[in-house]
Amino acid sequence: MLTDIALGQYYPGNSLIHKLDPRTKILITLFFIVAIFLASGAVSYGILWGFVFLIILLSRLPLMLVLKSIKPLWIIIVLTMVIHMFTGQGENVIFSWKFFKVTQEGLEMGLKMSMRLILLLLISSILTFTTSPIVLTDGIEALLRPFKRFGVPAHELAMMMTIALRFIPTLLEETDRIMKAQTARGADFSSGNLMQRAKNMLPLLIPLFISAFRRADDLAVAMEARCYRGGEGRSRMHELVYYGRDYAALATVFVLIGLMAFIRWGNALCVL
Amino acid sequence: MPITLENVEFTYMAKTPYERKALQGVSLTVDKGEFVAVIGHTGSGKSTLVQHLNGLLKPSAGKVTIDGLDISGKGEAVKKARHQVGMVFQYPEHQIFAETVFEDIAFGPRNKGMQENEVKQQVQDAMRFVGLDFETFASRSPFQLSGGQMRRVAIAGVIAMDPDYLILDEPSAGLDPRSRDAVFAEIMALYKKRRMAVILVTHSMEEAARYSNRLLVISGGRVILDGSPAEIYQNHKNELLAVSMDVPQLFKLSDELRARGMEIQADTMTAEALEAQIKTAKGLK
Repeated sequence: MLTDIALGQYYPGNSLIHKLDPRTKILITLFFIVAIFLASGAVSYGILWGFVFLIILLSRLPLMLVLKSIKPLWIIIVLTMVIHMFTGQGENVIFSWKFFKVTQEGLEMGLKMSMRLILLLLISSILTFTTSPIVLTDGIEALLRPFKRFGVPAHELAMMMTIALRFIPTLLEETDRIMKAQTARGADFSSGNLMQRAKNMLPLLIPLFISAFRRADDLAVAMEARCYRGGEGRSRMHELVYYGRDYAALATVFVLIGLMAFIRWGNALCVL
Repeated sequence: MPITLENVEFTYMAKTPYERKALQGVSLTVDKGEFVAVIGHTGSGKSTLVQHLNGLLKPSAGKVTIDGLDISGKGEAVKKARHQVGMVFQYPEHQIFAETVFEDIAFGPRNKGMQENEVKQQVQDAMRFVGLDFETFASRSPFQLSGGQMRRVAIAGVIAMDPDYLILDEPSAGLDPRSRDAVFAEIMALYKKRRMAVILVTHSMEEAARYSNRLLVISGGRVILDGSPAEIYQNHKNELLAVSMDVPQLFKLSDELRARGMEIQADTMTAEALEAQIKTAKGLK
């Protein structure tokens, strides 16, 4: 029932993208977001789309799977588009009816904004599709470690994320199980008005909370029994190492940012 | 008035890299009055199978009918048919949610649309069946009870719906021997009184031998053996071993005694029956 959620799910594989260091992938994602905001004009967006599809190709993920990750947010994308279309200020009116009017500038703005959203979604879902949650948090921890001297609890944050991620499938499974059990007792989770439906959720939510607390308690005891005492002096089995491919990938994304910056400000530089 | 499965197939997480076939071409009929034990090792598909019997899972291919009515559809008749199948999940105490024992047991009957006085009657009956005193427990919080008592509340919650078919998915898991025997004694009493069909999912050959009159052995999503326990233990020992199952120890002992010339009947299924026969053979009675 609840197990077919595409967003944020790991898709195992052995491609170049899968093999990249998680730190590289997180940095590339961040830099790509910078590049998205630097982009201006059709050429820039063309290059960005090309870059995203190149990564999808290299990662050997099924194209449909990646595109499916847009689905949960399509309402926001359409809304962005529509709002920009109708509120954008500009000279060239394409279409007007009573006090509604669509200008060319508004339309372009709307298109630009929704493209940015879609690109953001695609690049971040490629990150989660090609990186298992555990490796991902390892990467985050490693990237946050330099900020420790400023009081950022890197290890604790990473540990909490690992645990949270680890328990998402477990809790989904549990939800599924309790839902089935209550359905078998005639519970109805899908009909009635909002109040009624909220009330109908109680037989699901109460057992779920109880089991979540029980699991948290068990886990705390298990961690303590194995002498867990935070990140101090903790070594790891798999050390993260940068390889040639990581440097190459990072270089590519820097070139991309440079390109975006050049397209945006290049002409101004030439004039100088 | 049977439940029938025709060529039922089921695939988990279809069209993803995690795709897994859990059932393949399962056909069977369960009649009222039968006590069926479904046995198989972990991951053999037995839990998936029983979840098809009341429409919790819909077959990827094939058909499930209750009294001739296809239950994969929608509508009141289908809903009613599904309510005729009570299902006690593994660790059913994890589904308890209400403030009092009474409220929790009354959840199912109320959903079924019973009148309030009828609900009270059903709750009282169900509590009597599982050995919980109504006066003592009805108004208590279920979360203050012991594990065994909580499980009884959960089982009572299903029994109170007055089902024609009762599915129990490992009802004894995690219980101490005394609670386990008590739970089974209550189930047997209920089975004998209401003549419903009981479908028991279990790991334990001993439980299957002791309580059931029909045994389904599941392996790799298929029903590989279907028959009376005595018949299966006698004639299909090798098939059982091939799917890493074994005949009950009691049966091994009977075999051993028979090999040494003692007269033991082939359908001896309980320790008490074997004891009696040994005593007779030794002339102690």
